[in-house]
Amino acid sequence: MRTIQFREAVCEAMSEEMRRDEHVYLMGEEVAEYNGAYKASKGMLDEFGSKRVIDTPIAELGFTGISVGAAMNGLRPIVEFMTFNFSMVAIDQIINNAAKMKQMSGGQFNIPIVFRGPTASAGQLAATHSQAFESWYANCPGLKVIVPSNPYDCKGLLKAAIRDNDPVIFMESEQMYGDKGEVPDGEYILPIGVADIKRAGSDVTIVTFGKIIKVAFEAAEILAKEGIEVEIIDLRTVRPIDYDAVIKSVKKTNRLVCLEEAWPLGNISTEITYMVQQHAFDYLDAPIKRICTADTPAPYSPTMLAEWMPKLEDLIAAVKATMYKN
Amino acid sequence: MAKKRITKEVYLKWYEDMLLWRKFEDMCAGLYIQQKIRGFLHLYNGQEAVLAGALLAMEKGDKMITAYRNHVQPIGLGVDPRKVMAELMGKKDGTSHGKGGSMHIFSKEHHFYGGHGIVGGQIPLGAGLAFADKYQGNKNVTLTYMGDGAIRQGAFHETANLAMLWNLPVVFIVENNGYAMGTSVERTANHTDIWKLGLGYEMPCKPVDGMTPEVVYDAMHEAMERARKGGGPTLLEIRTYRYKGHSMSDAQHYRTKDEVKEYQKKDPITHVLDVIKSKKYASEKEVKKIDDRVKALVAECVAFGEKSEFAPADWVYKGVYAQEDYPFITD
Repeated sequence: MRTIQFREAVCEAMSEEMRRDEHVYLMGEEVAEYNGAYKASKGMLDEFGSKRVIDTPIAELGFTGISVGAAMNGLRPIVEFMTFNFSMVAIDQIINNAAKMKQMSGGQFNIPIVFRGPTASAGQLAATHSQAFESWYANCPGLKVIVPSNPYDCKGLLKAAIRDNDPVIFMESEQMYGDKGEVPDGEYILPIGVADIKRAGSDVTIVTFGKIIKVAFEAAEILAKEGIEVEIIDLRTVRPIDYDAVIKSVKKTNRLVCLEEAWPLGNISTEITYMVQQHAFDYLDAPIKRICTADTPAPYSPTMLAEWMPKLEDLIAAVKATMYKN
Repeated sequence: MAKKRITKEVYLKWYEDMLLWRKFEDMCAGLYIQQKIRGFLHLYNGQEAVLAGALLAMEKGDKMITAYRNHVQPIGLGVDPRKVMAELMGKKDGTSHGKGGSMHIFSKEHHFYGGHGIVGGQIPLGAGLAFADKYQGNKNVTLTYMGDGAIRQGAFHETANLAMLWNLPVVFIVENNGYAMGTSVERTANHTDIWKLGLGYEMPCKPVDGMTPEVVYDAMHEAMERARKGGGPTLLEIRTYRYKGHSMSDAQHYRTKDEVKEYQKKDPITHVLDVIKSKKYASEKEVKKIDDRVKALVAECVAFGEKSEFAPADWVYKGVYAQEDYPFITD
């Protein structure tokens, strides 16, 4: 099978859907003439023209709201945020308008829109440019939230998001755009809300999503050498969450560690923990552990940043703790 | 579109429409005191000419979006007023089946796009409706309403810039009723000529007397024709006045009763009735017939709302997502 970069998977998904449906357009800062801040829309201006691949001024609130309005009037916008940190100045339009329009209008207006761009940290970018808002958006009914971790999932899920009739938050990572992975030539769609077992194992379940899954893979390799087989569940979608997949795995392994690049209070790991104690309490052989970022804004310096990020050694220790091993 | 003549029929329609809106809102105030309408309630009394003039300028497929003072606009656009009343009472037969309430009236069928509760949040949506019309080659115009308070939001300024940049067929209408809740226009900025905010974007803009529908129509027609012919957006500051408080809980300490009385001397409904009488467009008997019709329709609205049931409680999960089997968390 051919291998492509994550950014190419994004580009293919958008381009294929724009060929298929002329109501789909891409709007955002630097998406057209610059070919995307991270080159995720490379070549799209040439193919689709400036009517459908639209550069904006730096006005997230304005262009987000305009695209929600366009979705109310028959279009299917893709809005790119250069990073989801910048979605904060547009969050009124996402939470109060995109997420609620269907319900407030008594079902009259669908909002088929995708908000996409990178999330979370990407090196030493410090506090304002290193935030993961997955759990913020996942908290809001009316939205769907997808966080893929490889090019294959990215393409299939982004195509599903663009075809979906509800507003979808689609979160990528600056640190994944260059990742390569196998992606088939033909068209395929992956279902929203279905988790994927990325590594089968019998001893401990690790639930995670997004680029931080790489830390789980590393931990699994190291632990395997010590005879501990972890099962890695990639949620892929954090609203709705595929609880069944998690609970099924926990019923098999009886142990759970959540790995998430996010602040700890009220994050996705917290939610998973609640649901597992609710539905698999008697199956648990140890308290659930979670490895998240520090409960502080992200620091700049490399030493403090390393301390702030979810750490490989902490994850390994957490897995062992659920097995009562040192 | 050619400019319409303001005929006898127009005046009679204006009178009946505006009277209906006024009486509908008066009835809402009464129902609120009886606790049959709950939540917040913002009434349009005094501002009717702004809507009447605009409706005459609208063509088929033109769109309207506004903030939370939004009961009578959909009625003007053709929505059954009984359904609006049922929504205000939270009933199943309401425009949103009781999901939206007073601040969130919508009608896709009649091109009324809400009904929005966050001040200024609707402004980019209005430009987005226009963006989609332009994208799809429709020759329609979107009227995007806001208050004198909302224009101080960043949402207006980003939208004004983008609407000019992309030459969108939209008219921004500031209904300047003098007060953002209890804060007068004088207290929200260092200048009071709101229309001048268009100048910085090189957007055609002007102030308009909002107490007479003829004047509003002229300004709206000019702005909508500009948009329809590809001339882009306009900003109109329509100077009007609200007789009632910001909402039902407003004690109105920020203004005098005399100020309200001064504006009521320029009441748009009285003005239209004066024209009808002076031009002998209708006899007193005919006017009385209109009054009776309005009274009966408002009574019907209340009866309809009272009779309609509350939606079943489990409808809380209906119509949130387009996906019908969305797996809501229930434990």
